[in-house]
Amino acid sequence: MKKAYLLLADGTLFEGTNVGAEGAKIAEIVFNTGMAGYQEVLTDPSYYGQTVCMTYPLIGNYGLNAEDFESRKCWVSGFIMREACRYPSNWRKDRSIDEYLKAENVIGLAGIDTRRLTRILRSSGVMNGILYTEGYEPDEAMIEEMKAYQVTDAVKSVTIDQPAIYPAVGEQKHRVALLDFGVKQNIQRELCARGCEVTVLPAFTEPEAVLNGGYDGIMLSNGPGDPAENVGIIENLKKLIASGMPIFGICLGHQLMSLAIGAKTEKLKYGHRGVNHPVKDLAKDRTYITSQNHGYAVVGDTVDPSIARVSHINLNDNTCEGVEHIHAPIFTVQYHPEVHPGPQDTSYLFDQFIDLMDEKKGGAQ
Amino acid sequence: MPLRKDIHKIMVLGSGPIVIGQAAEFDYAGTQACRALREEGLEVVLVNSNPATIMTDKAMADKVYIEPMTIPCVKEIIRKERPDSILPTLGGQTGLNIAMELVAEGFLEEYGVKLLGANPTTIDKAEDRQLFKDTMEKINEPIIASKVVHTVEDAVEFTEQIGLPVIIRPAYTLGGTGGGIAYTWEQLREIAASGIMYSRVDEILVEKCIAGWKEIEYEVMRDGKGNVITVCNMENIDPVGVHTGDSVVVAPSQTLCDYEYQMLRTSALKIITELGIEGGCNVQFALNPDSFEYAVIEVNPRVSRSSALASKATGYPIAKIAAKIAVGYGLDELTNAVTGKTVACFEPTLDYIVVKFPRWPFDKFVYADKTLGTQMKATGEIMSISNSFEGAMMKAVRSIEMKVDSLSMPLIAKLSDEEVIAKVKQCDYERIFSICEALRRGILTVDEIHEITLIDEWFLEGFQRITYMEHTLEQAEELTEELYLAAKKFGFTDKLITKLSGKSCEKVHRLPVYKTVDTCAAEFEAETPYYYSTYDEETEVKPSTGKKKVMVLGSGPIRIGQGIEFDYCSVHSVWALKELGCETVIVNNNPETVSTDFDTADRLYFEPLTPEDVTGIVAAEKPDAAIVQFGGQTAINLAEHVASLGVPILGTPAWSIDAAEDREKFDVILNKTGIPRAQGDTVFTEEEAVAVADRLGYPVLVRPSYVLGGQGMEIAFTEEDIREYMRIITRTKVENPILIDKYLMGREIEVDAICDGEDILIPGIMEHMERAGIHSGDSISVYPPITIEERHKKIILDYTKKLSKELAVVGLVNIQFVLYNDQIYVIEVNPRSSRTIPYISKITGVPMVDLATRCMFGEKLKDMGYGTELYPESEYYAVKVPVFSFQKLRDLDTQLGPEMKSTGEVLGVSRSFREALLKGMMGAGFKLKKNGKVAMAVRDSDKQEMVHIGERFADLGFELYATSGTANVLNRHMVATNSVRHEDEPSPNLIDLIQSGEIDYVIATSVKSRHPELAAVKVRRCTIEHAIPCLTAVDTASALLRCLEGDTNIESCELVDINTVHLK
Repeated sequence: MKKAYLLLADGTLFEGTNVGAEGAKIAEIVFNTGMAGYQEVLTDPSYYGQTVCMTYPLIGNYGLNAEDFESRKCWVSGFIMREACRYPSNWRKDRSIDEYLKAENVIGLAGIDTRRLTRILRSSGVMNGILYTEGYEPDEAMIEEMKAYQVTDAVKSVTIDQPAIYPAVGEQKHRVALLDFGVKQNIQRELCARGCEVTVLPAFTEPEAVLNGGYDGIMLSNGPGDPAENVGIIENLKKLIASGMPIFGICLGHQLMSLAIGAKTEKLKYGHRGVNHPVKDLAKDRTYITSQNHGYAVVGDTVDPSIARVSHINLNDNTCEGVEHIHAPIFTVQYHPEVHPGPQDTSYLFDQFIDLMDEKKGGAQ
Repeated sequence: MPLRKDIHKIMVLGSGPIVIGQAAEFDYAGTQACRALREEGLEVVLVNSNPATIMTDKAMADKVYIEPMTIPCVKEIIRKERPDSILPTLGGQTGLNIAMELVAEGFLEEYGVKLLGANPTTIDKAEDRQLFKDTMEKINEPIIASKVVHTVEDAVEFTEQIGLPVIIRPAYTLGGTGGGIAYTWEQLREIAASGIMYSRVDEILVEKCIAGWKEIEYEVMRDGKGNVITVCNMENIDPVGVHTGDSVVVAPSQTLCDYEYQMLRTSALKIITELGIEGGCNVQFALNPDSFEYAVIEVNPRVSRSSALASKATGYPIAKIAAKIAVGYGLDELTNAVTGKTVACFEPTLDYIVVKFPRWPFDKFVYADKTLGTQMKATGEIMSISNSFEGAMMKAVRSIEMKVDSLSMPLIAKLSDEEVIAKVKQCDYERIFSICEALRRGILTVDEIHEITLIDEWFLEGFQRITYMEHTLEQAEELTEELYLAAKKFGFTDKLITKLSGKSCEKVHRLPVYKTVDTCAAEFEAETPYYYSTYDEETEVKPSTGKKKVMVLGSGPIRIGQGIEFDYCSVHSVWALKELGCETVIVNNNPETVSTDFDTADRLYFEPLTPEDVTGIVAAEKPDAAIVQFGGQTAINLAEHVASLGVPILGTPAWSIDAAEDREKFDVILNKTGIPRAQGDTVFTEEEAVAVADRLGYPVLVRPSYVLGGQGMEIAFTEEDIREYMRIITRTKVENPILIDKYLMGREIEVDAICDGEDILIPGIMEHMERAGIHSGDSISVYPPITIEERHKKIILDYTKKLSKELAVVGLVNIQFVLYNDQIYVIEVNPRSSRTIPYISKITGVPMVDLATRCMFGEKLKDMGYGTELYPESEYYAVKVPVFSFQKLRDLDTQLGPEMKSTGEVLGVSRSFREALLKGMMGAGFKLKKNGKVAMAVRDSDKQEMVHIGERFADLGFELYATSGTANVLNRHMVATNSVRHEDEPSPNLIDLIQSGEIDYVIATSVKSRHPELAAVKVRRCTIEHAIPCLTAVDTASALLRCLEGDTNIESCELVDINTVHLK
């Protein structure tokens, strides 16, 4: 078996075996604590520019299948696991993790002490690194490049070129514009299942085009990168807010919406990536277990109380997990109610969005 | 919501004696709960008949009632104590059933007692088959086609509709008692009949058999606000069909994709929400391996064995949180104790894999039916943690103490290929070993084994990789560092690597590193040093505090002869050490115990208890000393090894244990001290045994040395017996000699003493109701003794002193004596803790383990305030009555003898001996029916004594039946007895009589052989199948009569708060 390595910006070197493709790749190294759901993680566009280390040691046990992809390709820069299963077992599996990573040309590293890596990232914060295989040893220049690396142009890199329409399941009740900042397919599945015809629009679609498209509501998707770099999109969102259209934002969509109303975002030390985060819905006084994947968060104190309120907080670190507008039918959450992977406990938010669109229509009639 | 304002005094119900299906996990749960409640300043009244538990310690509750777990008794305690609420969800099925009956009768309402943690509708929805079905249908959760019936005819009729095979599940029973899978119409009738009988409400569920589906469990929690979480999910390696308690289980699930995981998780949360449970709950699912189809199999609306496992597997203290929820807290208000920072309202995530492996009693019960099905048979279990499946499996097999260190069993290795294949097809307790043997030999492929067993290929591939590693080692020309490390990551010990490769590990040897169980996969820093070993790069062992560090070795899985009492001792020793200012390290592998709670010792190592595993821990912790005398035989066996690592053993030295077990060395001591014992000799072979027995004259006692619980011990009356027992004993490798002693049938006396090296303290002398010959663990035992004269007590004290001194005992010693023809003989000496320590500590108020631990630190008994020599006798009697799990173990002879068979015990406490005995008998499950019919069939040597027994029954108005020989003797002595045909004579005979259901007690004593084909064994088994009390010793029958003869009943008995008995 070929060897593979992870070199961290602080000089720590991990040696393991190569799974998937060969080569060398610079990325931000992050960890995810979900025990299942690696296929969804691999294809979540929010991981653009990042190499993901799974903390669960046995990865690939149930293989991959044709149905559980969350987008059109594998977005992670690299994939790190303790053990990659060679003989997966599940009735739907049609390929192994090794086969998939090879096909997607993504470098994988197995056989390292993933808990040690996680502990390094926990105490030092997210760090850059180079994942490389035998024969692709990085030179000084590459190491310097790695140290300076930043995920940029993230949304531009993952969004679609052309709009795509997904029909409602059953009777069509609403038409939704879904702005693709790096959308996970389950967002549109959830909406379609609730009687929405969903039009997925490129991230940079002009606000006028959205507002004049005959939609009942706007969905802002999740996505990768530093939210603050999306200056143009933030400006566009201001126009959408002013329109009075029902808007529901998830993850990056939540951050961009918050920026659009003047709040600030900050980079978290090592992010939230997993499927076990407790989030309290402050209005309901109920706590839900949520699926999370974000490296940045909205600074709760910067949300102008005359415009919006912090509606959800993370009980682990009290970070802002949701914002609700006071004057407009707009609400956004930092976590992932669409799940895939993760617990389905907060899918009620999609119903809430449908309700907003119902109300809007009712009011208009 | 914070603490409820309307709760001040709360009654906690324990689970009673340990039986198969309800073991130490409820002591763990109850102990956590009591501590959690007292933390809130609540007054706790505890009821549990099991004296071996930690929860019944005076420090655990304000009032402790070690009283029978029966409705009348609990009612009396409520009348006396007037608690404002009752928490029944932590005491297993026993606690829950009692609470439900009290609700049904309106008793709780009448006395203004609030039911916490559950409401009656909830429990019925989960436990009543029809209501459960309706509830699941209401929330659209699928269940298996099934029907509740009350008669065999209805069961047959329904099965005609859905087709065979079907599973029979009796309602309201423990561990599936009386249930099973019926493949034929005959089996259906048989199992349905027994199921109806065992059900509290004469009710069974006939269910479509879905054997072969994946069995997945979820542990879920809910608070009063409606917040819900899952603590853990688990996947059974054995598919549906084998009771989860008998399955090898992994956590988390391994073969489920996220969608499947979440689908079942959502279902589990929907169920707990619909049931409105406030606390913990366990949901079991069957998942079709070829689709998303699933079905809810069962819901336990309470803390269960699986929740203990889930707690230890994740670090999430389910019982503690459940108790806090019960008194009003929300999950979002409680802290995750492991991180100290995050909240309890989250879901643990694992970065390792856990394997649970059951411990079955079949090494002792060689004739019991060893197949696995819907009825649980394991007495205990172990858990192992690693970051590979192979590593966790290998750790698991060496933790179960079945004398194996790999997935290879010597007896299976000897079988022919055909026999191995046949064994793979048989679902018995050794199946995993048979599968591995087939893979090892290459006689079956993974796919073929999957076809036969329906075990998921993922697990089979794991077993295959283990056998590949064995081959690689066997064929290796050189033991390279790389190969060695690969084998270590697979969990192979150095000893095994050397055995397979023929090469020494010396040059390549590496020590493991230790990782932390932290509930969060390292996302947050953990406060709790809860460790497991791996072969990785980084170790997480925290630096020492600088205090004196003492390692306490635990007792491993619960099995017959080594039960929860050793965990009691280990935990108390840890507490005493903390008091003494030491830093404590505990090593154990039993997930059901208090010792493996992360806050018991300062550091917890969840590891196998083998020399190599302990070596790693010693290297990592560098303890200043170790204590082995509290962890049963498991820990004792490690004494020499730990000492060889340069770690001093505190207390009694290792040689002393050897001197007590080694026949010749012990004889030297006896000669020196002038203490008599029965004549005997040591042997290794069958022929030697026969020769010694001939010399001593029959009957003789045959037993292996260095075992607990009289394993393999039997009384031989003939040469044939000797030959049979020797063949059983020599089934496994005989490393130590076998002892053959002349059998003295006298009164058995037992003492536990504490010795500081100079003085001794005997807190109490116990006398057995049954004469010598029945294992002390299976005898009814009385403290203080009722028939032992002062002069004999003095001799006992004298002998105990001498033996303690000669054996250099520092700490605890247990000695068994027999009083025979006015002379005291010593039977055996165990220089370690014993089964009776918890009970004697509680009744006398002498904290024995605490004192023993302090003795090890050089403190003197005379300075401790409890005096020396014989401690004054209590004015209370405490009668310990054994409890058996015979209905779970088919084909096992219930005849008591020198080999222990009981799984648990209860205590009866009272100022009057008769009351104490009555409480003990009732606690042990005797209904004490005072009229009816008695059937007798006894061996010749007992016939004379049966005259008196029969007469006493007749005086009470019982109608007597006996087999011809016994009947003749009784009739000759003017005790009118009906003669019935022997069990091996044509119908109608004794068996038909028992089956008629008209008999209330059976007295059947015969010591012949234990083979299930034998007629006498069939009679005894028949009583078990019909739930008729069967007494197998004349003395036990006499004890029962003492209870029946008086006017005493439980309502008139004084209820004793054990915390007050020694306040003089």
